[in-house]
Amino acid sequence: MSMTITDRIEKTVTLRAPRSRVWRAIASAEEFGAWFGVKLDGAFAEGATVRGKITHPGYEHLTLEMLVETVEPERYFAFRWHPYAIDAGVDYSKEPMTLVEFRLDEANSGTVLTIVESGFERVPVARRAEAFRMNDGGWTEQAKNIERHVS
Amino acid sequence: MEGGPSRRRTSSAMSRNRSAAAVKLVEAAPIFAALVDGTRLRLFARLCAVGPLSIVRFSEGAGGTRQAITKHLHALADAGLVHDNRRGRERIWELETRRLERARRCLEQISDQWDVAITRLKAFVEAP
Repeated sequence: MSMTITDRIEKTVTLRAPRSRVWRAIASAEEFGAWFGVKLDGAFAEGATVRGKITHPGYEHLTLEMLVETVEPERYFAFRWHPYAIDAGVDYSKEPMTLVEFRLDEANSGTVLTIVESGFERVPVARRAEAFRMNDGGWTEQAKNIERHVS
Repeated sequence: MEGGPSRRRTSSAMSRNRSAAAVKLVEAAPIFAALVDGTRLRLFARLCAVGPLSIVRFSEGAGGTRQAITKHLHALADAGLVHDNRRGRERIWELETRRLERARRCLEQISDQWDVAITRLKAFVEAP
């Protein structure tokens, strides 16, 4: 029976771009916003809280909030957020946050990026994930649009 | 805080669906919490691997008193992960797969969203 379960999500991808380029795309709030789909109001710095409106059509009424925890240039970036806090009618501010970590490593062909999101055991994330899925029509389509746009 | 009246009017059907989902899925959070404990995770993994077990069989293979194991199994049961049945004089513990499957699907959805975001990041940094 394949019933594995975990409180973390881990992704590894090799990007055909130098580490400095990948770092900028992640650690510059403006560039992060460009691919993630959020217009952030400040720079990423340790201890900073950065907020911004989601830019995906249909989700502009939502505000994303990120608490920047660690910035180690060209190596490691970590922040906390409320995963998929997509219901504008719900106040998520009292709920625990998940930790999102980006780790960069050199590779022959470019940069190996590892993304880990952890801490789901403390978050009623299931409810949010389900709400997200129910509204998913927009996101998946929009992702394809952005991909076409930037490539 | 509630959404504005116009928002409610335009999406009342969706809100109803979403509320139903919220009631159903808020239950899934304790599943993650219950499995964070190493001993519980091992007990749970054993049920996954070998199927239904009596408390006696459980105690044989696990390093712990029958009482301690029973306590952990009850914690897993509270999270809706396992349940027990009386068979003669014994209690047999087995997986409660339905809720577990639901929790797994929730994480999968978030995982899928990361895949989408990574695809966008890849296009973004690899663009000439």
